[in-house]
Parts: sequence; structure tokens; C-alpha cells
Amino acid sequence: MKKMRLGALLMAGVLLTASLAGCGNKDGDKGTGDEIIIGGLAPLTGGVAQYGVAVNNAVQLAVKDINANGGILGKQIKYVYYDEKGDATEATNAYTRLVDQDKIVALIGDVTSVPCEAVAQLAARDNLPMITPSGTTESITTYGENVFRACFIDPYQGQLMADYAFKKLGAKTAAILYDTGDSYSSGIADAFEAKAKELGLTITNKEGYANGSTDFNAQLTKIKESNPDVLLLPVYYNDVVLIAKQAKDQGLTCTLLGGDGWDGVAAQLDEANADVVANAYFCSQYSASSTDEALQNFLKTYKETYNEEPSMFAVLGYDSMMIMAEAIEKAGSTDSDAIIAALKETNHKGLTGTTSFDDKRNPVREAIITSFEGLNYKVVESYSMS
Amino acid sequence: MNFITQTLNGLGLGSIYALVALGYSMVYGIVQLINFAHGDIIMVGGYILYLILVNLGMPLWMAIAAAILVCAVAGVLIQRVAYHRLLVHNAARISLLITALGVSIFLQNLFMILFSSNPRSVPTLIDFGSLSLGSLAIPSKTVINIVVSVIMMVGLQLLVNKTKIGKAMQAASEDTGAAKLMGINTNYVVAFTFAIGSALAAVGAVLYCNTYPQISPDMGNLLGLKAFVAAVLGGIGSIPGAMLGGYILGVAETLTKGYVTSTAYDAVVFGILILVLLIKPTGLLGENRKEKV
Repeated sequence: MKKMRLGALLMAGVLLTASLAGCGNKDGDKGTGDEIIIGGLAPLTGGVAQYGVAVNNAVQLAVKDINANGGILGKQIKYVYYDEKGDATEATNAYTRLVDQDKIVALIGDVTSVPCEAVAQLAARDNLPMITPSGTTESITTYGENVFRACFIDPYQGQLMADYAFKKLGAKTAAILYDTGDSYSSGIADAFEAKAKELGLTITNKEGYANGSTDFNAQLTKIKESNPDVLLLPVYYNDVVLIAKQAKDQGLTCTLLGGDGWDGVAAQLDEANADVVANAYFCSQYSASSTDEALQNFLKTYKETYNEEPSMFAVLGYDSMMIMAEAIEKAGSTDSDAIIAALKETNHKGLTGTTSFDDKRNPVREAIITSFEGLNYKVVESYSMS
Repeated sequence: MNFITQTLNGLGLGSIYALVALGYSMVYGIVQLINFAHGDIIMVGGYILYLILVNLGMPLWMAIAAAILVCAVAGVLIQRVAYHRLLVHNAARISLLITALGVSIFLQNLFMILFSSNPRSVPTLIDFGSLSLGSLAIPSKTVINIVVSVIMMVGLQLLVNKTKIGKAMQAASEDTGAAKLMGINTNYVVAFTFAIGSALAAVGAVLYCNTYPQISPDMGNLLGLKAFVAAVLGGIGSIPGAMLGGYILGVAETLTKGYVTSTAYDAVVFGILILVLLIKPTGLLGENRKEKV
């Protein structure tokens, strides 16, 4: 027993010397002492706070798990995050603070597409390894080799839903109603339209609305007149609920389709109006009813810690931090180029399935088609375009 | 057929604009103040409705009554705390305007702190399904909006033209100084005007929550702005003008979405405003001094 303790002490001494020696290197100002600093950006207040809070909570759980298992490179992770309120300017300022003041070695964020785009351009300039858990706009990862993402891109979701509507739901006609002021929304809408044309699925209407609108009756009346089989709503959950309720009022009966922005819809419903999405399908990136032990553990811990149902954003947040930690461990240092090289080789078995990255640093894995059952989500099937 | 449905959609939307526009118009008529906090009174009404209905689980009529009461009190309180001294001391118009903006920002941020900025979904309030007229299906919410707004306007007209306080309001609107000399308690009249305007905003909030069942601390922003435009369009200071402006704005917006462009409709709508003001700067019914409150 005594011998073992001595051994451990010796070991600790060696590690300490090693880490102290590390301080003399070029990374001296990054991750000094026994901490590796990883930054986070998320909207914790504002209209899309539900996403940001979920990501941020889950990232903190991931950090806790990693640190409990001895950290990475023998050091503990220190997670520093700021609230950017869903705003690109705020996100830019927060990013600068993370890099200049907090000296982060890698970034998990941003959460929604618009601020994420601003941050990605800065990170590309600084060559800072970055994973956005949920920024879906295609262009985000195009700014530099250092920008990765854990979620599906907008065009992919649009193509997938067109494919699903045509092949699985047997739709012949489709309409689209999207938010013209949001690149996430127009990205899915455009890809859906293009894929639909390719498949021979007729687009009867492509209607837009301005960001912040609450009245959709005019567009829905127009759509109702052409009576499409499916209506694509590639928008976030707040708008989905408003549109779905008005669609019901207008007597629209077609199947509703959506992307991962629909995650959060269930929390906005009550018994009296749950039927507005009774006939709806959206693609999501994980399935809460999977029997995967790691996933179930995560969902349980999350619920216990934060007293709310974890969303897809939480799951992606957790995976993002795990992928980043794995890459840093594999890189063997906090050197940016080494981490980026390791990220490219990722083959991570996480909560969303097995993720690797394609040459545009977008994730490769199956999508899950989800619908609603009362006030709950119901997994329909795993689906990928053949 | 589609055109009729779209027009009705527009009237339903316009009814809400109209109710809110009435508040802008009344207050402007009496004290020449553009009360930018008026849009946020709707937000207050929405939250009161939500709290009583969802958090306390009380019946709907109580929630509506409470919303109207709280909004009326809030309106008077805002007037007493923020505007009263400025009005009494004949402060510059710009000071009043900036104070109004300050009150608006204060209210929004207060509710953001109290209830977070996450939008909340309001349960269905009043719904009879939809009314069928031949092949025409009109959502009951649209009908409720139109009927309630017309009742409110008629009631307000009666109040202004047939009651003592109404006549006092007209007098104060024409010449506050002279009204005071005639023994009218203008302080009371101003407070009463704010109370009535805010109560109408609460009714607007009920209709809004029924039609667009979601509340957030910044929901009064765009709604307030459009209602203000409606008031200016109809001729600010005029009650029928505010109603007319609201309906025109709602119908123009909906028809533009339906037949012209569903992406740049606000540009078209505000373009109409600019045109009307170029041709008739006082607004559609703006010259009618008698109607001024």
C-alpha cells in the first residue's frame, strides 16, 4: 500500500514537471498550469435562448464527465462561456473576449446560424479549432479548415425531407412557408425546392414572411387554395407553433414537415392544441427512445441536474465537447494545427450515433424522422437518402 | 372566394391594429403626446392574461377582467409617474417623446427580468371552430376580432359624445386652458383618457392572444408601431380615423401578402402610408376637429 502511494506521488511529480516544462513552449500562455481552457458561446437569453441554454448545460455536463475521468492530456478542462443573446454583434464581442482575455484553445459554439457565421469567420482568421453544435447554415464551415460542425446542414435537411415526403409519404405536391430573414430557413427551403424538382414533386407555393411576423393567415389561405399534400415549415419552434395553430384555424389539413428547428415544439403545446401537429414529421439528429446506454445515462443526468427535458441541442452540445476533447487528447497538445488534424480523423461513437466528418467538415450519419404523439415526440424511423 | 377570405383575414388583423390605434389617438388628442409605451401595455395585458389563466388556473372571464383592470391602472400609473410633471410644467414635446420611449424600454426589460425573454404559448381562449357560409370557411377568431372591435368603437363614440366625461375630454382636447377655466378637472380627464386607452389595449391583447397565441416581452414593438401607423393613416386624434386606419392597414397587409409579395409586404404597407401622407398630411379623417378627443 505504502509503495503504491509512493508510486503515485512519483507519478504526480513526473506529470507536474512535464506540465511545467510544457509551460516553456509556445503554448505558454494557453492552458497554463493544470487547466485546458475551452470557450463556449451560446444565447442564454433572448428569443432562441432555449437552444443556447440546452447546449451550454450539456457542454458543462460533458466537461464534468471528462474531468471526472482524469481530464485530457492529464489536465482538467476549464470551460469559459458567454451569453451572446442570439445576436451576431454580441457574439463577435464575446468571441474576442474569449480569445484575447481568456486565452481559449478551442471553441464550442455558436449555437444558431446567424451569429455562428460571424464567429466562424473570426475563428478562421485565428485558426482556432471550433465545433458548432447546431449552426446549420452551409457556409459556416467554408470559412476555414478549422471550423467543424456536429449537426446536419440546412441543405441536407431540405433534401432529406423532400426525399422522405416523396418516397415515404407518397406526396405529389408540396408547399413551402419560410422566414425570408433567416438563412437557416431559406437554406432548407431552397434545397427542398431543388430536390423536389429533381424528384418530380410539384411545388405549388413558395411563400415567405418577414422575421418577427405573427400573422400567417394570408399565406395559409393562399396555400390552402392549391391544396398541397405536404407543407414544409423550415422555421424555429416558436413560429412553428404559431403557424400550425393558424393553419388549423384556416382549415388546412396537409401533412406538415420541418427540420431540426422543430425541436422545442412539444414544450410549447398544451392538451387543448396538441392536435395542431398531429400530422407532422420533422428530421432530428438523435432519438430519445434509443436503448443506447450512454444516451440514456446522459438524458437521465441532464434531467436530474437541470430539471428539464434535454433537447436535441443538448445532445449535440454534449457530443461536440466530447469530440473536441477526444481530438485534443489525440493531438497530444493544445497546438491548433494538431487539434484540427485530429478533428479531421474523428470517428466518434457519441450520443447521436457514430460521427465522422466529410471533406467540408460536416458530419456524416443517419437522420431520425420524428413525429408527435399527444404532447410528446415519437420516433418514426432512421432515414438517409439512398 | 379566395379574395373574400383574404379580406376577412385582413379585417381580423386590422381589428387588433384598430383597437391599439384608438389608444394612441385618444392620448394624442388630449395631450399631443405619442405614447410609445402604449404597445407595451398590450404586452402587459398579455402576461396578466397568461398568469391568471395558466399560473393561477382561474376562469377566462376573470383573466380578461384582470387584464383590463391592470392595464387601465398601469396606464394611469405611467401617466402619473412619467408624464404628469412634464405636462404640468409644459415641457418640450421632445422630452415627452423620449420619456415615452424610456417607459417602453423599461416595461420590456422589466418583463424580461420577471418572466425571461422566452416566448410563452398561450392556450386557446375563445374558439367556436370556423363558420361556414357556403364554401367560405371563416375562422371564428376573425369574426370575434371584427365584432369586438366594432362594439368597442361604438361604445367609445357613445362615451365621448353622450357622457359628461366624454364632453370634458372633447373640451380638454380643443383647449386645455379654456377647459380648466370652465371648471373641468383636466388632470382627471387626462388620467381617465389614459385609463380608457389602456383598457382598450387590454382588449386588444385578449384578441391578439386569441388569434396569435404567443406572448413575449417584445411583442408590443411591431404591433405598437403598426397601430401607430394606423392612427396616423386615419388621422391621429380621430376615433373613427384610428379604426379606419387599422382596417386599411390590416387589409392592405393581407392582400399584399396574398396577391403581390409575401416577402416585402411591410414595404408596400408603409409605402401606402407615405403616399397618403403626401396627398393628405393630416391623415384620412384628420381634419374633422369635432371628432377629436
